[in-house]
Amino acid sequence: MTGKRILSTLAHRLAILAYVAFALFPLYWLLKVSVTPNNLLYSEGIRMWPSQTSFEHFEFVLRHSEFPTFFKNSLIVSGSTAVIVTVLASLAGYAMSRFNFRGKYWIVTLMLLTQMFPLVMLVAPIFKMLSPLGLTNSLTGLVIVYTAFNVPFATFLMQSFFDGIPKDLEEAAMIDGATQFVAFRQIILPLTLPGIAATLGFVFTAAWSELLFSLMLISGNDAATFPVGLLSFVSKFSVDFGQMMAAGVMALIPACLFFLLIQRYLVQGLTAGAVKG
Amino acid sequence: MDSLAARSRGSRRDQRPLRQRLADASAPYLYSAPALILIVTVMLVPLVLGISYAFRDIQLLNPFSGGFIGLDHFKALSQDENFYRALRNTLWWTGWSVLLQFVFGLILALLLDKPFHGRAIVQALVFLPWAVPSFLAGLNWSWLFNPVVGPLPHWFFALGLMSEPANILSDPQLSMWGPIIANVWWGIPFFAITLLAALQAIPRDLYEAASIDGAGPVQRFISITLPFLAPTIAITVLLRTVWISNFADLIIVMTNGGPADRSQIVASYIFTQAFRRLDFGYASAIALVLLVLLITYSMLIVVLRQWLVSKD
Repeated sequence: MTGKRILSTLAHRLAILAYVAFALFPLYWLLKVSVTPNNLLYSEGIRMWPSQTSFEHFEFVLRHSEFPTFFKNSLIVSGSTAVIVTVLASLAGYAMSRFNFRGKYWIVTLMLLTQMFPLVMLVAPIFKMLSPLGLTNSLTGLVIVYTAFNVPFATFLMQSFFDGIPKDLEEAAMIDGATQFVAFRQIILPLTLPGIAATLGFVFTAAWSELLFSLMLISGNDAATFPVGLLSFVSKFSVDFGQMMAAGVMALIPACLFFLLIQRYLVQGLTAGAVKG
Repeated sequence: MDSLAARSRGSRRDQRPLRQRLADASAPYLYSAPALILIVTVMLVPLVLGISYAFRDIQLLNPFSGGFIGLDHFKALSQDENFYRALRNTLWWTGWSVLLQFVFGLILALLLDKPFHGRAIVQALVFLPWAVPSFLAGLNWSWLFNPVVGPLPHWFFALGLMSEPANILSDPQLSMWGPIIANVWWGIPFFAITLLAALQAIPRDLYEAASIDGAGPVQRFISITLPFLAPTIAITVLLRTVWISNFADLIIVMTNGGPADRSQIVASYIFTQAFRRLDFGYASAIALVLLVLLITYSMLIVVLRQWLVSKD
């Protein structure tokens, strides 16, 4: 090995290291402040690790704040959204993958357009529509809105998974007398299970992160999701940094779990709607 | 009905009973109906409603509002200094975010394209920011910029970049950079993931052939890597531009458009009008302007694409 080669390998590893540090530092800091006891928070402000650690902030957040409710609400909303979207998107994605039909072009165009236009436009009209139905300040209202927002992208994603399964399979089943729907349910769906899991993960993460519509539609604490609860906590008790960061760490846990679940499908997911963050 | 007719014409010797054929023809519509109905009622109907609000006086707290007022909102908008600033800020925010995300994302993709020990774990770690919910990314970075608990102001001060450890989010000149940095941190993985996938699709023997012919690494990058990546780069950058110009979460969380509307982009300005001032009419008027701008931009892309295709 020449000296030049060693040098370029070294530069490569250093650059990688810099990226890892940049990616992890904010999360590391979040964790660090969340385990720093209050009496050290200011005196040891920018030390890399506090001289003492404690879980007092986590304990407070779990016992004396409403974060467990927010957490539960977010779980309900994101979980139901993920399940409903995946069911609807499997059906629609199957149609897109297996049939050629009149109007298909327009349906695809419509779904692509929904990925492009500013959703913030809909904040006001959706509020006006849901409010007389009693769906503001309700988890059901949020689930309906999030489901609609995520269906187009999930449909493209499911379509890409169905496209990867040969058509012969259900044709063989249909020759044996099964209807197409039975073939779809009993043969194709089980084969797409990994794709279904990935779609669940993507939609769950998207719903868990949504902020603007939950801020607009939810006002009371009972139906507040995690983002709403955390932001109102920040504006009310903006000095309790330890507690806020402990709550932040808790919000991070489900997101990270689902990230692990969908890691293998990131490319497919990011290019399915081509625009979804 | 047309489609049914077309179908039966196409399969003249079809001996199946009519009921069966009808069921087959309607199958794709039945599969996609639930998704479509939902999209139409929760996205398309509000979109049309929102466009109508732009010409009406709709204030949530005023029960007497609701009448048509023609172009009054747009007249007010043409004199709204904050709106013009939000427009300029949108360009600034989108331009810098996309540029930095793309450059750092491309470098990261190139670094990860080389095989090395522990690549899988490194990949999971550097892509992790993408999984962080945007509100939490925003809060996390606003805490890092906060001199009370965050290290960044102290580091900037130590490096001589600041005369005292202050919060850049409350500095009218600099506040826009807080959300931009958070956005770059959050968005690098998106570009890295898509570009890495494109990189790995390049046939490896091309590189071998080129290096046998004596091409250096820079030459190989310019004559093999870039041409292969170009379509992916073009599509991701163009689509990402639209997405980021609409992306208001980080600004809402970190600066709330402040101080004094200095870091407001159009999307966050719409949200502020609707959420804080509850003036749905005015918010919808701004939204309509944003929609027209985005449609114009998309049309430009389509025209540009056709021009490029016809040139080949």
